[in-house]
Amino acid sequence: MHMTASDVAYNGKVEGDVIVTRADAVINWIRQHSVWPMPMGLACCAIELMASAASRYDISRFGMEVMRFSPRQSDCMIVAGTVTYKMAEVVRRIYDQMGDPKWVVAMGACASTGGMYRSYAVMQGVDNIVPVDVYVSGCPPRPEALLDAMMKLQDKIGRESSVRNLRKTKAVAAQ
Amino acid sequence: MEENLPFVIFERPRRLPPNNSMIDEDFTKSLLEKHSYLTQRDSVDWLTVECAPEKLVSFVQSLRDLEGFEILIDLTAIDHGEGEEFRYSTVIHLYSLVHRGYVRIHSICADNDKPAMPSVSGIYPAANWHERETFDMFGIHFSDHPNLKRILMWDEYPYFPLRKDFPLAGIDTPLPADDVVEVTQASVEPAPMMGGPFVSPNSGSMSDSEPRAKDESWTEKKGKPV
Repeated sequence: MHMTASDVAYNGKVEGDVIVTRADAVINWIRQHSVWPMPMGLACCAIELMASAASRYDISRFGMEVMRFSPRQSDCMIVAGTVTYKMAEVVRRIYDQMGDPKWVVAMGACASTGGMYRSYAVMQGVDNIVPVDVYVSGCPPRPEALLDAMMKLQDKIGRESSVRNLRKTKAVAAQ
Repeated sequence: MEENLPFVIFERPRRLPPNNSMIDEDFTKSLLEKHSYLTQRDSVDWLTVECAPEKLVSFVQSLRDLEGFEILIDLTAIDHGEGEEFRYSTVIHLYSLVHRGYVRIHSICADNDKPAMPSVSGIYPAANWHERETFDMFGIHFSDHPNLKRILMWDEYPYFPLRKDFPLAGIDTPLPADDVVEVTQASVEPAPMMGGPFVSPNSGSMSDSEPRAKDESWTEKKGKPV
């Protein structure tokens, strides 16, 4: 009898509609491949962010084309640009409005460290007010760099202990 | 010594107004005759006059209505530094499409502690935000301004950042939002200058032209040489 690779991995006739796996793997797989980013465009990095969403670089190859301009509909805040002290409060408030689970990408030198703006007006890194998952270097980073960061974020999401985190959140909520 | 200077200081060439400009010696002479309170200032390019603050509004009004200076190009201030007899002054640039040229008006603030200047936003609406920015950065109060509040920094910010005695790195200040401060413990801190200001070299490959400090002899790990 001729057998293909797919017959060995999963045979619907033999196993029925059942797949055995871990909850973490399923949850992370779903989260990984439908990251809805929110563009927090504050400076020129936002232009590169737009380029990575356009056809040439095409962020939809990674399931991230659904850029939402509302924090309530998005999973990942891409801080693209210079965070001034006046804007810092707004960035934090928008972050607070995002539903869990949520991730933050600091795109470019300014969002990561303040960049070349060592001045009285600019916050020296957005990690002063929100927890950052991935930092992207560059001034501004090329779209490839952002895509690489988003793939690193996917890897990071894939390694999360989602079920344990969920239990923890529930325990905190019950207190 | 000189090659160690962080920036190249260019000598500014004397630029005369273009030939088709009608702001020439005759125009200057007639303007100074019409307004006897004006004095001409030395300038590398366009006509520059010194005007007393109390005459400023009527002079700017007559420049717009009678001389055809329709456009306010810029309104800003100068801090001449602590210890100067008159520390602050404001500068207005006007442009005339009729004369094809600029006039620059310089006015000295009389009081160094509470610098004030009459507002020209009633004549040129464009001056409104320029005056708010000048107030924000230099602390110069424009009397009769319709909405004189900070435009760049937040309302509670206690300093005027472009004054000479204000450090570029900034001064410790609390952030205005109490609830955000409670969660994040963030505040305004002086930026680490680390041999800055930070600029991009305008030559070399893109991978080498990230913004960097002019003076790289000291870092966070290695202290600043004395």
